[in-house]
Amino acid sequence: MIVESILIILKVVVIFAALMTGVAYSTYFERKVVAFIQHRIGPNMTGPFGLLQPIADAIKLLFKETFIPNMSDRFLFTIAPMISFVAACMTLAVIPVGDWLNIGGQRIQLIISDLNVGILYILAVTSLGIYGIILAGWSSNSKYSLLGGLRSSAQMISYEVSIGLGIVGVLMLSQTFSISEIVRQQSGSIFNWYFFKQPVAFFIYFISALAETNRNPFDLPEAESELVAGYHTEYAGMRFSIFFMGEYANMITVSAIASSLFFGGWNGPFLPPVIWFVIKVIMFMFIFIWIRGTLPRFRYDQLMRFGWLILFPLGILNILITALILVL
Amino acid sequence: MPEAKTMILNMGPQHPATHGVLRVILELDGETVVKASPVIGYLHTGIEKNMEAKTYTQALTMTDRMDYLAPMSNNLVYAGAIEKLMQVEIPPRAEYVRVIMTELTRIASHLVWLGTHATDIGAMSMLLYCFREREKIIQMYEFVSGVRMMSSYFRVGGLAKDIPDGFDKRVKEILDTFPGRINEYEGLLTENKIWRNRTENVGVISAEDAVNAGLSGPNLRASGVAWDIRKSNPYSYYDKFEFDIATNDKGDVYGRYLVRLEEMRQSLRIIDQAIDGIPEGPYITEDRKIAPPPKERVLKGMEELIHHFKLVVHGFQPPEGDVYFSIESPKGEIGCYIVSDGSKKPYRVHFRPPSFVNISALNRLVKGRMVADVIACIGSIDIVLGEIDR
Repeated sequence: MIVESILIILKVVVIFAALMTGVAYSTYFERKVVAFIQHRIGPNMTGPFGLLQPIADAIKLLFKETFIPNMSDRFLFTIAPMISFVAACMTLAVIPVGDWLNIGGQRIQLIISDLNVGILYILAVTSLGIYGIILAGWSSNSKYSLLGGLRSSAQMISYEVSIGLGIVGVLMLSQTFSISEIVRQQSGSIFNWYFFKQPVAFFIYFISALAETNRNPFDLPEAESELVAGYHTEYAGMRFSIFFMGEYANMITVSAIASSLFFGGWNGPFLPPVIWFVIKVIMFMFIFIWIRGTLPRFRYDQLMRFGWLILFPLGILNILITALILVL
Repeated sequence: MPEAKTMILNMGPQHPATHGVLRVILELDGETVVKASPVIGYLHTGIEKNMEAKTYTQALTMTDRMDYLAPMSNNLVYAGAIEKLMQVEIPPRAEYVRVIMTELTRIASHLVWLGTHATDIGAMSMLLYCFREREKIIQMYEFVSGVRMMSSYFRVGGLAKDIPDGFDKRVKEILDTFPGRINEYEGLLTENKIWRNRTENVGVISAEDAVNAGLSGPNLRASGVAWDIRKSNPYSYYDKFEFDIATNDKGDVYGRYLVRLEEMRQSLRIIDQAIDGIPEGPYITEDRKIAPPPKERVLKGMEELIHHFKLVVHGFQPPEGDVYFSIESPKGEIGCYIVSDGSKKPYRVHFRPPSFVNISALNRLVKGRMVADVIACIGSIDIVLGEIDR
């Protein structure tokens, strides 16, 4: 019992630390990739190849004044970034980074908690993250923040639906809510990946995930050319960086879910499972950044129309066709 | 007290997408714009007033600072106005270089416009691509005048100095690379679904409204009015070159985008025709009451020394009278009105800045649209605040 508890705590610590490192270095990764897309060099001064840049950034942000605007709701203003960040991190608890491991007679599963309703848990927790954004927009007492908060709440709620519909496509084939079980079903051959059985579901999921994480071309809530910085306009210092970390944690989580559900998770030849998992996540992060370097931004109404009139019906159609094939 | 139904949003002057320090007071109903009032004056530099305290030649350096993205066009309109007043004969070599340099300026200005406009709409890489190309033109400025931005290369009567060796080679390099680069931009944006969604049927202004609002330049031509001062009142040597007026009949943001891209191509076409025809000869007028003789002759000849001394100490004196001269700057019709009292300093200089007139049409463009469209519209008008406030 004690061993198990220690193991769980250990797993939480390791995965959280890995996530935080991932968050820090995905900012570096993003800056480097976007720089290369744009014929620039990117960070290269702090440490070799600029590798210490994220640490320098963190130190700078830590020492900044945490400013709370006048007439704002101090309590909500303070907890809003935390809600966002915690929700983003919690999701990773049910995503398996590898299969069972045997260490000294102890069988360890490389997942914090193998919930049998893991997918439902993910959908529930990601929805919580929206509260952080709404509250931030509302409590800042700024018009730009308010508009940003309104936009993102509408956007995230709409795209939550499509994300769900995309995932349902996989669920119908897998007949289980447990993510580790879904990953296991995709082992063996590359053609067992659900991406090949449910390509439409994947694209629905991926597009919605872009919107869900407020990434380009759906980065309206923080459209800097329109709303300055959207919901986090009034934030500074560590509070701002917690929002920022939340966004990147979200990107990693969404990439992790995509690779688990559609691209076989830890499955892969030769290399250890964890490495395969990381490679797939990095691949998705790269696509996120690539899109950011290329596409313009949607307008708010176009985004809603796209979500409800294209993605949503497409998702339902995909489910209907999958059901038909399953029955026949 | 009336019920508050609309919200006032103060956009600018330190907003990232208002291209400098434009401030727009938006009256919003939700995210729909009820009214947009541009507020200007945050970059007032008193250029027109300052020019009254300088000799004509000194005052020319201030024109660079109005539309700092198209300094050569400003030089040209100011120098052109004085030349019209004094009826100066400009040597053909100078005219050819003027055409080439102002067309390069047009491309540079349009590149900055494209980069910032695309970034406003979210395609952030465009900015860097466009600035990469603009850098080539800025280097040309440096090559001919020694200065990257505030070149003051045109002088009354011609040019500040002769073009250096290798000028045509470097211009031809630009001519070789640019068409491909413009195609690349088109590849990224023109058929891009999101780009078209954001720009088509946004900020529409009809030909009639555009004329009534006094729009000029690409903004007017995008509404279907083929009016270009280079064609309608040819100045410099523009009547010697073949080019088409780029027009579009949509009058929306997308139309203005297409018009400017086509204008860049037409500018390249003009440069292509001009670059091989640069004649030999003097680069500035031989009229010694206007332009000083070459330095080596100043050191040897009495006559030349006197001319040099008079021009440096006192400057030239146009006859009494007033003059209006306008050219097609990248942003539209830029006009210069000069009143001379016969002294060495202008009595009054006034500019008709295209940006100032064009931005006044903003409310017509954005009324009833969303906040995001305001950004697209401001971007598509292509304003430079230095020119608006002067």
